[in-house]
Amino acid sequence: MSSTFIFLIVLVLAVLGFFGTKQRALASGGGDRRTLHSLPNYYGINAALAAAVPALVVLAAWLVVQPIVVDRVIGAELPAATAEDRGARSLVLADVRRVADGLDLAVSQGVMSDGEASNLSADSNDIRERLGAVGVALGSDVDARTLRLAQDYRDYARLGAILKTIVVIAVAVIGLSIAYRMTDKDFRARNYVERAVMLLLIASASVAVLTTVGIILSLIFNTLAFFDSFPTADFFFGTRWEPSFSGRGGASDLGFLPLIWGTLFISFIALTVAVPIGLFAAIYLSEYASNTVRSIAKPMLEVLAGIPTIVYGLFALLTVGPLLLDVFGNDGILGVNWMSGGTAAMTAGLVMGIMLIPFVSSLSDDIINAVPQTMRDGSLGLGATHSETVKQVILPAALPGIVGAILLAASRAIGETMIVVLGAGAAASLSLNPFEAMTTVTAKIVAQLTGDGEFNSPETLVAFALGITLFVITLGLNVAALYIVRKYREQYE
Amino acid sequence: MEDMYHMDRAMNGLQDIKIKATDVNVYYGDMHAIKDVSVEIEDKTVTAFIGPSGCGKSTFLRCINRMNDTIDICRVIGDIRIDGEDIYDPKVDPVQLRAKVGMVFQKPNPFPKSIYDNVAYGPKIHGLARNKAELDEIVESSLRKAALWNEAKDRLDSPGTGLSGGQQQRLCIARAIATAPEILLMDEPCSALDPIATAQVEELIDELRQSYSVVIVTHSMQQAARVSQKTAFFHLGNLVEFDDTDKIFTNPQDPRTESYISGRIG
Repeated sequence: MSSTFIFLIVLVLAVLGFFGTKQRALASGGGDRRTLHSLPNYYGINAALAAAVPALVVLAAWLVVQPIVVDRVIGAELPAATAEDRGARSLVLADVRRVADGLDLAVSQGVMSDGEASNLSADSNDIRERLGAVGVALGSDVDARTLRLAQDYRDYARLGAILKTIVVIAVAVIGLSIAYRMTDKDFRARNYVERAVMLLLIASASVAVLTTVGIILSLIFNTLAFFDSFPTADFFFGTRWEPSFSGRGGASDLGFLPLIWGTLFISFIALTVAVPIGLFAAIYLSEYASNTVRSIAKPMLEVLAGIPTIVYGLFALLTVGPLLLDVFGNDGILGVNWMSGGTAAMTAGLVMGIMLIPFVSSLSDDIINAVPQTMRDGSLGLGATHSETVKQVILPAALPGIVGAILLAASRAIGETMIVVLGAGAAASLSLNPFEAMTTVTAKIVAQLTGDGEFNSPETLVAFALGITLFVITLGLNVAALYIVRKYREQYE
Repeated sequence: MEDMYHMDRAMNGLQDIKIKATDVNVYYGDMHAIKDVSVEIEDKTVTAFIGPSGCGKSTFLRCINRMNDTIDICRVIGDIRIDGEDIYDPKVDPVQLRAKVGMVFQKPNPFPKSIYDNVAYGPKIHGLARNKAELDEIVESSLRKAALWNEAKDRLDSPGTGLSGGQQQRLCIARAIATAPEILLMDEPCSALDPIATAQVEELIDELRQSYSVVIVTHSMQQAARVSQKTAFFHLGNLVEFDDTDKIFTNPQDPRTESYISGRIG
């Protein structure tokens, strides 16, 4: 029986359980729902959960475990030489599975009878041709051993499917009958259901946490693998970034400094643009704008945050870069020849700054609005003007929150990729000239992983080392920001 | 009791009219919050506004220093004069007016600055001190007048928000005094304070009467009786009765006043 069908049976059992238990609960209370401990629906839900949840957990576990077990059993039948070599073993097992799937398909299409598929022998039939007829293309002729293993595989799989059906439905029935028997007017069904809801919430929270842990672990292990093949000091203190891909041979320079310099430089330019503009916009919106202006201007500003960064990248590459080149480039309006190409730290920084404006303004606006009205009244009541109130009372009160907003914007700037890939160029350089092409940690992670380099080479693994360094930096900024924002909140609560 | 009553009458008889409001109407959008209120408030006197919640007493108080200007939908019609000068005249700068008419709010609202900077805020903005020494002097005398100097003199640099509720409210009073106002408006200054802090603030209000005209909004009739010489009873936006405090509490003329002070409406 297929898993989908089992799933449906379990669901039907749960629905039946829901109504049956509800009836039983009502009956135990003599038909008067006021005598029950919980609302009748709680008894029903409790039974439905008891039927469905354990059964579905078993089903899910079975679906994961069965292929592993079958592989192991089939693998045990392989000759020792093949079984030892991991590569050869997985190759043979893949073949076996392919033939077995082909036989299944042939049977389901009626090309072969079930008995024929089980008793087929490699000598008498051209299996490759017959399976090819139903659309299963095999790379080579099927030898007797593969065929026999494939037939075994089908047997085990069929046995597994039968067992699975019996076990899952049995679990569902047992769960349901326990819940049904416990149902009574004094049974605290509501408490059980609420505990189940809590478990669901815990499970959801764990998914997020465990994924984070998994990502960090994968970063750490790959980074350790990188440092096995590349000197740590050369990575952290190297001033040249010149990866050479294994095809061309020769050692690579994988110095981290030019990349982090590019990242910080471009982020600095971006924040220089975003912080004043965003902050002033926030002050205008929260303190001076009328409700009408605010209701139009704030969503429009926030639209900026919704633009995909690749669009900003295009804007940098096609509009801002050429524009800057016309001003600062060779034969430019200023005639200074500081800029040799459209892609430069300044291009990416300016566009990234525009992208960050809504981050700064929106958060700062919320924080300024959170300053209690009594502060404004107090200051205005002393004869201060609106502007003096903003400068001397509101901004100092909101400052920690604003700093938090700026740090969040900074961590966003450091992690930004697309704008840099398109706007800043690809050359890693330790230069002070903002009109020179530069690159960042994120852009180089893209470059190292999208090439056709061998996965185990330091040139590829360096991406993980770069990733974890970046992660540590942005994590530090986020923690600092959250700490500051929290401290600010305490002040008024 | 009788003696004090006559003494107060005698004193009040000498006082000039500080604030004279004639036919004041206030609208919040379509809501008519204050209806034709006319009142004359004397100098060097504590005047209490009492009345049930929502009766317009705070709104009327906020007309006297034009704090209602900061609310977009609020319209004030009528004539309010301080020392004979129309404060709603276009020539009057509300910012200057508020320096002359100090205000203390319901909830203590010290700025998140040091105690010193809280008090020095107004004088700095209005340029009342020529140098640091003068500013120090203003801060000290304001804190002394607000009966906070002894508690605060050793911690002038610590944040004003770190004081207790009663101390914070006295800091706010000191802050208002520091701009050398002529009138002090107090909007339920004790409603967020415990009885001991309330007693201290009430004592302070009584002392402030020497130098300022004090107008206090309060929900507590006992407080009005304790601190004020004149009492105005507001009900549903109308000024029902305005007279000497003793008279309001012992012999009210209007049946609504009597119902309110005896606890039948409110």
